[in-house]
Formats: sequence, C-alpha cells, structure tokens
Amino acid sequence: MDWQGQKHSEFLMQILLVVFAVVAFAVGYAIESFQMMMLIYASGVFLTALITVPNWPFFNRHPLKWLDPSEADRHPKPQATAAASKKKASKQK
Amino acid sequence: MHSFGYRANALVTFAVTILAVMCSLASLSDNFNVPTPTADVKVLNINWFQKQPNGNDEVSLTLNISADLSSMFTWNTKQVFVFVAAEYETAQNALNQVSLWDGIIPSKEHAKFWIHTTNKYRFIDQGSNLRGKDFNLTLHWHVMPKTGKMFADKIVMTGYRLPEEYR
Repeated sequence: MDWQGQKHSEFLMQILLVVFAVVAFAVGYAIESFQMMMLIYASGVFLTALITVPNWPFFNRHPLKWLDPSEADRHPKPQATAAASKKKASKQK
Repeated sequence: MHSFGYRANALVTFAVTILAVMCSLASLSDNFNVPTPTADVKVLNINWFQKQPNGNDEVSLTLNISADLSSMFTWNTKQVFVFVAAEYETAQNALNQVSLWDGIIPSKEHAKFWIHTTNKYRFIDQGSNLRGKDFNLTLHWHVMPKTGKMFADKIVMTGYRLPEEYR
C-alpha cells in the first residue's frame, strides 16, 4: 500500500465506522431493538474491515517514483561525501 | 497503517471505542422514558399468626398482587426485578422491611400481571411487635438495562393492619 493509499484507507475506515454506528443507533432506537443495532453495527464493522484492511489495488495508485540507479550514481549525495571526508580527516589527526 | 496487522488493529480499536459510545448513548436514552407503573396488593387472608418459641412473631398471608409495569420497558431493558416488602416501624427499628414475594419480569409482554399467592418468604418480626401493627406493602423494582445505568423505584401502599390476637 502506498502513502496515499494508507491515508485513504484510514480516513475511509473512520468515516465508514461512524456512519454505520449512526445508522445502527438510529434504526435500533426507531424500532426499539437493541439486537438490531448490534447486528447492523457488527455487519458494518465486518464490511469496513473487508474494504480497508486488505491491500486492495486501488490503494496502490500513487507509487513512489524512485530515481534511476545510474542517474543516482552520476549525482552522488554531497552531504554523504562531505561527512565521509571529515571522518577520514579526523582519523588522520 | 502500512501493514495488514496495523490496519486491523486500528480498525478494531476504533470500532470498540464507538461501540462504547453507542452503549452510553443507549443508556442515556433511557432517561427520556418516564414510567407510569400501577400496582395493587390485597391481603386476602391471614392464614395464621403466632409467636415462635423463640419469641418472634410470625404471620402467614395470602396476597393478591396485580401490577402493570409495561411502561418501564425500553429498548435497553434486559429485565425488571420486582419485590413486595412489608414495611413497618417498631420501637427498636425506625424501618423494618420484610420481603414477602419477588419476581423477575423478562419482557414487556409479561409486565402486566396478577398473582394469587401466599407469602413466598417468611414474614417474621425481630421480636413480638406485630399484634395490631399497621404496616405498608411496598412494591419495589429495579429496571435492569442491557447496558448502562440501573433504575430503581417503588410504590408504597398504606393502610394494612395485622389482627390484635394470634390465631
């Protein structure tokens, strides 16, 4: 799952659970059935788990674009080399 | 949220938190219900009335208990526990409560009832104070919810009197 997918999955999970809870409570209160509230909420949690927990393809639409390895070789990180030379310098002292 | 386990954990945690909120709201919704129960207890007969060898008075009654408790039931009610107590004052105790009968009402359909019974539990005084004693019969109840707060209340019925002599 990519970064955008993780964000979407968490948001979707919270929204779905709250919506199911509100619907379950409203229906349960309206028909005076505690059992119906629990059944609706339980199925809501199950459905939400099914949607947001597995690594579905639609959570992977924004893959990270890594630099090509040869491109990276041609432009080495300046900080890394500086730190390395410093270390060497301190050792030599 | 990067792995299956983390997402499952986050979902279960949030779901259970919401469940707790729903149960609290269900309990709070009970406050909108204003019960209007009715009850009537008749003492049909004093079966016997005597002094035990140890000096305590004991009386056996035949009761007719009728009540309509259906207005207590809400969607969050598991059951109602109800009991009839004889209540009276003596020199020793400001309030004596003797449970004579109890019952569990499992549903609204059973909440309107009448029952003809002798006292289920023995009516024994602490001492010998029952002759000619005025007493109240009180119907107490505890509304037991599926979740949350339990409610208790009572109806006091006055004007009962025990005979002057043992029989």
